[in-house]
Amino acid sequence: MNQKPGYFGPYGGQFIPEILKATFDELVAVYQTARQDPSFWAEYLELMQNYSCRPTPVTFAGNLTQKLGGARIYIKREDLNHTGAHKANNVMGQGLLVKRMGKRRVIAETGAGQHGVATATMAAKFGFACTIYMGAVDVARQRPNVFWMEKLGATVVSVTQGSQTLKDAINEAFRDWAGNMDDTHYCMGTACGPHPFPEMVSWFQSIIGTEARVQIEKTAGKLPDRVFACVGGGSNAMGLFSGFLADKAVELVGVEAGGKGLETGHHAARLASKDGRLGIAQGYKTLFLQDEDGQMKETHSVAAGLDYVGVSPILAHLKDQGRVRFEAATDVEVMAAVELLVRNEGIIPALESSHALAQAFKEAPTLSKDQVILVNLSGRGDKDIFTIADAFGDQKWRKFIQEKARGYAGN
Amino acid sequence: MLETKIRAELQTKPILLMTHLVLGYPSFEENEKVIGAMAQAGVELVELQIPFSEPSADGPVIVNANAESLAKGTKVEQCFEFAAKMTGLYPKVGFLFMTYTNILFARGMDQFLERSLAAGLQGFIIPDLPIEESQDWRRNCHKAQMANVLIMTPTSTEARLKEIGQASTGLVYSVGRRGVTGLKTQFDLGLEAQIRRFKAATKLPLALGFGVKSPEDVAFLSGKADLAVIGSKLIELHQEAGVEAVGRFLGSLR
Repeated sequence: MNQKPGYFGPYGGQFIPEILKATFDELVAVYQTARQDPSFWAEYLELMQNYSCRPTPVTFAGNLTQKLGGARIYIKREDLNHTGAHKANNVMGQGLLVKRMGKRRVIAETGAGQHGVATATMAAKFGFACTIYMGAVDVARQRPNVFWMEKLGATVVSVTQGSQTLKDAINEAFRDWAGNMDDTHYCMGTACGPHPFPEMVSWFQSIIGTEARVQIEKTAGKLPDRVFACVGGGSNAMGLFSGFLADKAVELVGVEAGGKGLETGHHAARLASKDGRLGIAQGYKTLFLQDEDGQMKETHSVAAGLDYVGVSPILAHLKDQGRVRFEAATDVEVMAAVELLVRNEGIIPALESSHALAQAFKEAPTLSKDQVILVNLSGRGDKDIFTIADAFGDQKWRKFIQEKARGYAGN
Repeated sequence: MLETKIRAELQTKPILLMTHLVLGYPSFEENEKVIGAMAQAGVELVELQIPFSEPSADGPVIVNANAESLAKGTKVEQCFEFAAKMTGLYPKVGFLFMTYTNILFARGMDQFLERSLAAGLQGFIIPDLPIEESQDWRRNCHKAQMANVLIMTPTSTEARLKEIGQASTGLVYSVGRRGVTGLKTQFDLGLEAQIRRFKAATKLPLALGFGVKSPEDVAFLSGKADLAVIGSKLIELHQEAGVEAVGRFLGSLR
């Protein structure tokens, strides 16, 4: 029952400080007007086609299908979206709303840096001032993304509060917004946070599922039997799933970060583990990884983009309804999936997206050859070279960095 | 009841003081000394902030205090025990809990209310629990004669201010500017006009907080607002100069 707008079963809501109430009222109104206005979506589609390589293709992974010997595996190529991930879908849409609101500045949080780069890109294109909040830990491990954000004209603020990761960057972005809402829009990066962000971000990301449904029917000759997507905040999963929600025969599978294993406590599985507990933080109600006092816990994943304590209220509700099944892939399984895709299909996946791959590869052999699975490849991995090379323990890479460092030290 | 207490105090004083501290920062022992100094200086109301890992409405000074308190292992249970001790030691001071919704929610809103009542608290300030999300909570607070203090801001519309003015209990907490706690507020004609707007929207006593840092600020508010709230300034002062300095500063405010 949706007792109030912005609720999905018991999840969602708008737990915001009073100072932001008027700003949220304005955002909800602009969003709802845009949603009723066919010319808005037409403008959005045109922008995404001309600027962001949409529609992204659905690729048949023929070699892996043969190797695994089960279901036919298809991959939705969000890695080919501009800036290298699905993040651009949301950001460009919010950018158009910012223009409608007449604001001149955008702020955003970022974990891995993809959403920060996407937002800085949008700001550069639309001529907005831009500040990106990023946890100090993430700044340290994602320098290439920080470099590009700064080159794109954004100010990157290293957040030294709390655990210095994604959730702390979100808090800091809210603090900025509370002081600067008159000319600033907070471009939240995932389907979390206070209403209208979960449904608004899901709406922009639904472009993935709308395209994919048409593409898979055409290329595979049928709807998929199972659809896989990784779940951090949940926006790429919401995007792909939305195309198939009404097709009851299509099983939807969300894959969370299993980290070092669910039993170790070092993971970020809010829905796939028993550790997620209903709570209220960062403006919304959902399942959080928290202690008995309600303090948020540290999470762990090899993929910075999945390393988050909360999860989309829409996905939490879809789980309760039995519409989406949730699984977790461990860091080790994820690295194996990266290697499989790179070697067999010549596609370099982001670590985040590789969680979906890992689960799909696990299940494909258990299905028959006439069955079809579709995996969302939410982002590309070549820009994560530092992290991936580290995770593989690549010695030649290590030597290269050491030599590079000596070169810099010499100057 | 909180409102009755405030009205009685206002009979003899032009403006009341509401101070703030973060429980467990730098330690409960220091908290106790600071509260002693507050009581000595005649402070009427004290906000006890239960630390939360995501204090998104607070500024740098209080954010840091929250984090350090939690890093030292502060538990909500200790906060109840400490509060009960303080309300017993200083019956003339009105104590309120300030914290974020999840701290209440994790324990169960009803149980949190019961424990607070038993500990002698007079009310709550919960910045991320707006009117729309707090119907049951406010009804239960009302039944228990506990105040749930809502916040008025410069961005609130006239209609919204009226709604807050009616739904708040005990007092209304107002802020004179945008932004989070601790940053600078201009004490000028613009602020005076804001306060008039807030006053016109409620029959409750009005507190003004965020950025009150000196006797001049309190003098400015005197006759305009009913209470001045001093938060971040006291934490900074305590860090720099210790408990005695906090006491002297509070004594100099009126």
